[in-house]
Amino acid sequence: MSTTTTTTGAGGVKVVKPTFASYLHDYWGRVRGGDIGSLPAILGLVVLCLIFGTARDTFFSAINFANLFSQGAAVIFIAMGLVFVLLLGEIDLSAGFASGVCGATMAIMMIDHGWGWYTAIPAALITGMVIGFVIGFLVSKVGIPSFVVTLAAFLAFQGILLQLLSGGKIVAVRDAFVLSLANENMSVWLSWALGIGSVAVYALVQFIQLRGRAARGLVTQPVGIVLGKIAGMAVLVLVAIALLTGERSINPAIISVKGVPIVAPVIAIFLIIWTFVLGKTTYGRHVYAVGGNTEAARRAGIPVDRIRISVFVIGSFMAAVGGIAAASRQNSVDPSSGGSNVLLYAVGAAVIGGTSLFGGKGRPIDAVIGGAVIAVIDNGMGLMGYSAGTKFVVTGLILLVAASVDALSRRRAAATGTR
Amino acid sequence: MAATPLLELRGVDKSFGPVQVLHDVGLSVYPGEVTALVGDNGAGKSTMVKCISGIYTIDSGTVTFDGREVSIHTPRDASALGIEIVYQDLALCDNLDIVQNMFLGREKTRGIVLDEPTMEQMAGETLASLSVRTVKSLRQLVASLSGGQRQTVAIAKAVLWNSRVVILDEPTAALGVAQTAQVLELVRRLADNGLGVVLISHNMNDVFAVSDRIAALYLGRTAAQVKTTDVTHSQVVELITAGRSGNLGLPPEKPTDFVDITPGDDQ
Repeated sequence: MSTTTTTTGAGGVKVVKPTFASYLHDYWGRVRGGDIGSLPAILGLVVLCLIFGTARDTFFSAINFANLFSQGAAVIFIAMGLVFVLLLGEIDLSAGFASGVCGATMAIMMIDHGWGWYTAIPAALITGMVIGFVIGFLVSKVGIPSFVVTLAAFLAFQGILLQLLSGGKIVAVRDAFVLSLANENMSVWLSWALGIGSVAVYALVQFIQLRGRAARGLVTQPVGIVLGKIAGMAVLVLVAIALLTGERSINPAIISVKGVPIVAPVIAIFLIIWTFVLGKTTYGRHVYAVGGNTEAARRAGIPVDRIRISVFVIGSFMAAVGGIAAASRQNSVDPSSGGSNVLLYAVGAAVIGGTSLFGGKGRPIDAVIGGAVIAVIDNGMGLMGYSAGTKFVVTGLILLVAASVDALSRRRAAATGTR
Repeated sequence: MAATPLLELRGVDKSFGPVQVLHDVGLSVYPGEVTALVGDNGAGKSTMVKCISGIYTIDSGTVTFDGREVSIHTPRDASALGIEIVYQDLALCDNLDIVQNMFLGREKTRGIVLDEPTMEQMAGETLASLSVRTVKSLRQLVASLSGGQRQTVAIAKAVLWNSRVVILDEPTAALGVAQTAQVLELVRRLADNGLGVVLISHNMNDVFAVSDRIAALYLGRTAAQVKTTDVTHSQVVELITAGRSGNLGLPPEKPTDFVDITPGDDQ
């Protein structure tokens, strides 16, 4: 497609079939109009990587790259759940300690009660969903602002965590399966099979969508753009796998470390599930609608209260997943699990990734991109020998920048939107 | 010109506690015609619309739809009959695109997956049937549309569901001159497509530009239901402000059950 063709599209509405160039031009127009999505975060990620990469050679080493996944995993999981909560313009301040409580539930069930991981993990996840339901109920049915409910829950969960750990002992996690989640790698063979398989499935889905729309005479994305997306995805996945399947042990003679960390496909699976739920199901559409205009959603017959409860359930469920990932990485649960910077990093990840604090705008991928930014800062500044204090200040500044980008792009959208 | 009304209200009363808002009001909506509903603030226009849409239930009186008597208790009843209301504040989600807004709450699915191609096709056909050519893409966010375009989407949303009666609450109140003309043209086209259209408006120019009939409310009563061609601007204004005009409208005496709600004057 090199020329602009005007076709009579769906039902006779005259539409301009976008070409490769016009598609990019339209995209740039939307960006300038304030619809920037994850673009700043991706640019930021590239800049940060370049800075740290030039400052410290070890930053780009395979071992450090693999570390980023397990360092960022817990925050990314929690942030994915927070995306749902933020989509409704709500906030969940208790997500951090909820993850700690759920992680502790799992650890205690395994250590004190001798449960296997196959019952202890579901127990932790159900705990998370119950927590989310209670918070959601208080917010939507009782009508307490989510800020207050989750602030109260933040304090209470901190206490519950202390109680669970009988005043502060550390519960070790010894289950091999749980430990493998954040610490082990997939075999080289499986890494490649999964990576190539997922690229193939992605390409297939894109082409089926393209053909389905073309068959009905609807406007389709230019083939060039679709091919570009697939190629980009393939390069990203395959380069990452090539890096990670290389030997990264300091002394390969003693122990061999290679393969994609198990936590990476787990992140990918949750990313795919939640992206599907938000983008392709009625439920997801209703979440966006309630976040965009609650009154319109109500008039359209959408059960607003149920949607509101459900996002808190998903939020706390993902917090539980994050808690399990954190317990796996630290090999233990202690009273500070999920405390300190975990919640703020998670909220920061979602917002840095491009999820709006004002509701109605955000995607699960935002949590991954934003989580990567935070993990890179944490990791890179650690390599450069900065103290925890400096790291917090820089992360705080970057969150502030992300929130300003969000607020400014909203103003920009409001200014250009009603032209 | 159809002989029987599609939607007819007769002798409808509605009160909220001691305050009677509607006294014995009537309204006839004919298919293929635009019926303008006019009246001053507080005359009962909104209450009447909410009774039709099922947000309020009527105390007494009858509602006839398509020749048979119906009772409308919930908004769902109204939409099941094919009555759709376009509210003044539009009820669109800025963060969703045109197709998503038009199908909001009634999405088409295949299995658990949203059937986007079907929805896009239906939305496109509906817009085309209304001869809407002004939108660039059906996948444009509603936030990026002009006021007139947004109104168009809201109206298209209402006619998407094979609706028979569309009630428009002040559709031109917030629009500029050109956009008003655009929306009025669309209102006319709805009627030409055979729908019964009720247009609530304060603007006499709009009323005379598109309506076939005018129903005037005055203090909760039907002052008159007349053909637009039979009356003049000033007569309609008199009906709105005084409840009568010459031999049209309510009898000259003050309503007998006029309630004095002056504070400090308890009965």
